[in-house]
Amino acid sequence: MFATILIANRGEIACRIARTARRLGVRTIAIYSDADANALHVTLCDEAYRVGPPAPRESYLNGDAIIAIAKRADAQAIHPGYGFLSENAAFAQACEAAGLVFIGPPPAAIAAMGSKSAAKAIMSEAGVPVVPGYHGDAQEPQLLAREASRIGFPVLIKATAGGGGKGMKVAASQEDFAAALASAQREARASFGDDRVLLERYLASPRHIEMQVFADRQGHAVHLFERDCSVQRRHQKVLEEAPAPGMDDARRRAMGEAAVAAAKAIGYVGAGTVEFIAEQDGTFYFMEMNTRLQVEHPVTEMITGLDLVEWQLRVAAGEPLPATQGDITVHGHAIEARVYAEDPERDFLPSIGRIAHWRMPHDMHNVRVDTGYRADDEVTPFYDPMLAKVIAWGDNREAARTRLLAALAQCEVTGVTTNVAFLERVVAHEAFASGRVDTGLIAKHRDELREHRDDVPPAALIAAALAEYAAAADASAGVVAQDPWSPWRLNDAWWNGTSTHRATFAFADGTREHSVMLVPHGDGAFDVAGDTFSERVHATRRDGRWSIRRAGDEAASDAAVVTHGHVRHVFTPGARVRLARVDPFADAGDAGEAQGRLTAPMSGTIVAVLVQPGDVVDKGVALVVLEAMKMEHTIVAPAAGRVAAVHFGVGDRVAEGVDLVDVDAKQADVKT
Amino acid sequence: MPVIESKLSPRDPAFVHNRDAMSALVADLRDKIADIEHGGGEAARAKHVARGKLLPRERVRTLLDPASPFLEFSQFAAYGMYGDRIASAGLITGIGRIAGRECVVVCNDATVKGGTYFPMTVKKHLRAQEIARENRLPCIYLVDSGGANLPNHTDVFPDKEHFGRIFYNQATMSAEGIPQIAVVMGSCTAGGAYVPAMSDETIIVKGHGTIFLGGPPLVKAAIGEIVTAEELGGADVHTRLSGVADHFARDDRRALAIARRIVGNLNTRKSVTLDVAEPIAPRYDPQEVYGVINADIRKPYDVREVIARIVDASDFDEFKARYGTTLVTGFARLWGYPVGIVANNGVLYSESAQKGAHFIELCAQRGVPLVFLQNITGFMVGKKYEAGGIAKDGAKMVTAVSCANVPKFTVIIGGSYGAGNYGMCGRAFDPRFLWMWPNARISVMGGEQAATVLATVKRDGIEAKGGAWSAGEEEAFKVPIRERYEHEGHPYFASARLWDDGIIDPAETRRVLAMAISASLNAPIGKTSFGVFRM
Repeated sequence: MFATILIANRGEIACRIARTARRLGVRTIAIYSDADANALHVTLCDEAYRVGPPAPRESYLNGDAIIAIAKRADAQAIHPGYGFLSENAAFAQACEAAGLVFIGPPPAAIAAMGSKSAAKAIMSEAGVPVVPGYHGDAQEPQLLAREASRIGFPVLIKATAGGGGKGMKVAASQEDFAAALASAQREARASFGDDRVLLERYLASPRHIEMQVFADRQGHAVHLFERDCSVQRRHQKVLEEAPAPGMDDARRRAMGEAAVAAAKAIGYVGAGTVEFIAEQDGTFYFMEMNTRLQVEHPVTEMITGLDLVEWQLRVAAGEPLPATQGDITVHGHAIEARVYAEDPERDFLPSIGRIAHWRMPHDMHNVRVDTGYRADDEVTPFYDPMLAKVIAWGDNREAARTRLLAALAQCEVTGVTTNVAFLERVVAHEAFASGRVDTGLIAKHRDELREHRDDVPPAALIAAALAEYAAAADASAGVVAQDPWSPWRLNDAWWNGTSTHRATFAFADGTREHSVMLVPHGDGAFDVAGDTFSERVHATRRDGRWSIRRAGDEAASDAAVVTHGHVRHVFTPGARVRLARVDPFADAGDAGEAQGRLTAPMSGTIVAVLVQPGDVVDKGVALVVLEAMKMEHTIVAPAAGRVAAVHFGVGDRVAEGVDLVDVDAKQADVKT
Repeated sequence: MPVIESKLSPRDPAFVHNRDAMSALVADLRDKIADIEHGGGEAARAKHVARGKLLPRERVRTLLDPASPFLEFSQFAAYGMYGDRIASAGLITGIGRIAGRECVVVCNDATVKGGTYFPMTVKKHLRAQEIARENRLPCIYLVDSGGANLPNHTDVFPDKEHFGRIFYNQATMSAEGIPQIAVVMGSCTAGGAYVPAMSDETIIVKGHGTIFLGGPPLVKAAIGEIVTAEELGGADVHTRLSGVADHFARDDRRALAIARRIVGNLNTRKSVTLDVAEPIAPRYDPQEVYGVINADIRKPYDVREVIARIVDASDFDEFKARYGTTLVTGFARLWGYPVGIVANNGVLYSESAQKGAHFIELCAQRGVPLVFLQNITGFMVGKKYEAGGIAKDGAKMVTAVSCANVPKFTVIIGGSYGAGNYGMCGRAFDPRFLWMWPNARISVMGGEQAATVLATVKRDGIEAKGGAWSAGEEEAFKVPIRERYEHEGHPYFASARLWDDGIIDPAETRRVLAMAISASLNAPIGKTSFGVFRM
């Protein structure tokens, strides 16, 4: 076994590799870009070296710099993780040349699988079924169109050098083909500097099933069963599970044998994944081989009880595979959900920022969380915005699914927008629960999987009001140092002679306002009432979290309220709600500008009219420019609204005090 | 410190009887307050709300820090006085916490006769200002008033303690550095216009707040000009053109928010020089005080049982415990604040009066606030006592009470009769606050004594003329006198006339006193110089 390895990666995978290495007594060297100087992987490794500026090309893709660090730090091997340099044959070659072990397959195997069309040709030779298609070098459009007709529509056009969905287009018919081809080539050229494409039969409701394989230098190869990664959005995996739902032994054996054959066909060593596309009837075709550890490898680990990184290290160190095919068995079911910093409601736009509040499931039996983040970490625009993988195991698929839902309910992240609620909706959706998954699942149910602005659950409003109440109490604690125990500091809303000592807090959810009245009774007892509820609760606060027992409930339930300015993120069982605290204190500053009419501040000439009636304007938007006394005066919208009228045009002379523009603030379109 | 050992048992039938009697009084008090809270009644409230205005009590709550307490004054003001229902005299006053500091809030209730000023409204407004001045508390006026109540103008307008005094107080308090802030949330007509105009900073609510010396009807009558109230004195006019108001607010909530912001920027700091300690709850439940107070006001009980249910840990360091025993004096902490307590335990004799004067001198010397628990039938009468100089000993105590320049707080927990009221820091002796319990009685003498005195005078007159007066006739003569004294000595009658700052639930006495003491510490405690003590 190696004494020292360098981990040429970041984020959760770097952390995950470091943990296994530490368990095996292997010293770990981290590298980090300037953007990751304080990242978790840096602290988890024994030593860390700066590799360069944030841009990947100058840091995690900078093979020469990484090899130099490995030499300097006395590493014997480099683990590339996934992504970055993990499937870069030249880097693997360079490692060997520098006397370092590349923890992965031989450069030749990487190269063989690097070109999808070449890979398919090899597989076809080896008797592994491939999707009908065209993988030739000739790229004349007429030829490609003919090949498309031969394959049969719909046809998928993919960049030969591609990946991640870039340069990938579907032509539904012969008529569409030319345009789709041109588009795919354009993207391919832009993304990979190579506009060659391949053609394939496009499968209507395909499943993405992949086999985990492992091979050693001694010529052994095994498979570690399959994973189903069908639940994707735009070719980005969302949920992965093992085993694949509905997989029978015969098919598993067939796919396993095909995968092992594929690995052997290219002299594979180490961990690899053979991806198949499977039709609903069970037929499957080779898609590609990933010559690295996959993001979703934990589901395989959870059903086999094996540590794939340990296997990688042992194989790379020259040891034989730790187990034979007969030793490897499936136990139970595991599902992984990828938590991303992205906004599912805005077309999964990546979200960046500082993680203000971070809580992942902990101490949950049979739940594993792999992450490279913690509170206060920055999610930067430089790298993949995956925050964590939450993996749940159960005796069967339904048990795993239920546990995954429970685990996701524990995830609380604020500061960046995440897909957690979206993941919850997918995992809870009948289409996923039934196990009838295919790669079109998310697109097909897109509307149901959207965030539905249901009524805010009372539990969330109660938690929000309690938090507000506590915050008021905390705020008063800082006042009047010389009168530290003043009864005026009490926050019991006491009012002499009256029995309802109440406080009212208002929250907005989009455009709706919710008012919550709270009557403290001492010892954590409160009466709370809103538009749809009125009840007694018992609440305690500990370490910033609430434990709230509602009348009629046996047990207390946990809640957290995280404050960002006026926004309150409320996490309660079954609900994650974003509310805005309606605080008249906050927007009281609009003194005097509420009039809808905008008048000329002095006599002058209109030199510009920047809006027209019907325009929706934000507060502060310039409407009209007036020149007077040798100065330009810009008339701005006093509040968001709709322009009702513009009374003058450019060149008009106006007298002081005349109305220039009317803005109707009530007509402001709601922006959330 | 020595702990008061209670000798009462909550299971004692007498205790239970007392408790039930007091519970009934407190229940009636709370019922009446709940009713008073409804202001001018449902129709007026609905109309008020329909205009987009917050109800006055909601205005107060919104002005205060969220969930903070409020100490309301004189909820019974004008109770039963003007034939009609004039809840709280149409004015809510009290102390509340705004942006972390204690302020006096004066809030018109426009649902009560348009928020017009009855004589008691004026008195209540002036009393709130007095409290603000004595304790140096910023004043926030939430104005929504039609001005003087015209049918009662003779008792509202011209005299020293009438409407004009409000503005005098604003000017002189401002001069003393006590902030005056007005939020115009409704009408401010005629004299009322001076509340915002005399304030340091003024906020006005668009569409509701109007300030003018003469309203549209008067303008039309006087000069024939036809104008709307908003055009005449609305928010836009006053913040843009006249400068009568400083801040324009779109609605009530925003106006109150601006007021909170203003208070937050006052740059004042409460400077407490007392030796404060962490409060400790009394060893005995304050609620038990219900069972302590004898249901029959004439039956004595040990006032230490009351003190034990008010002061921290029921610790009471008694002064001169063996001397002048009808007056109990001693040091304690109340919510952590050091206090000197003066409490009646029977009629005052010369020794008890001298002891009281001595103890008050101690507190004045040491700057310790004084709490008077008043339950006093008066000073002892009779030949022996007059000859013993009880009048000059009583005078010593009255001198001490009058001159002691420490914050004084009085709670009338039982009878308050005659000169006893004076010696025990009655209203005339400027306690910072004075409250009554619902069982208390206040009059120049007890109803029975008054009836007897008057009957004796009458009998003497009849018999001097050779007439005869039967016992039955005498009793018939005494009944209405007793009834009248009972009615006029009742706390509801007293509180209606602002003889006190309110009637409180005895179980809330500790809390009320604590808040009052804390609020009083906003004003520095000065040195005392006493007048001549008659020796």
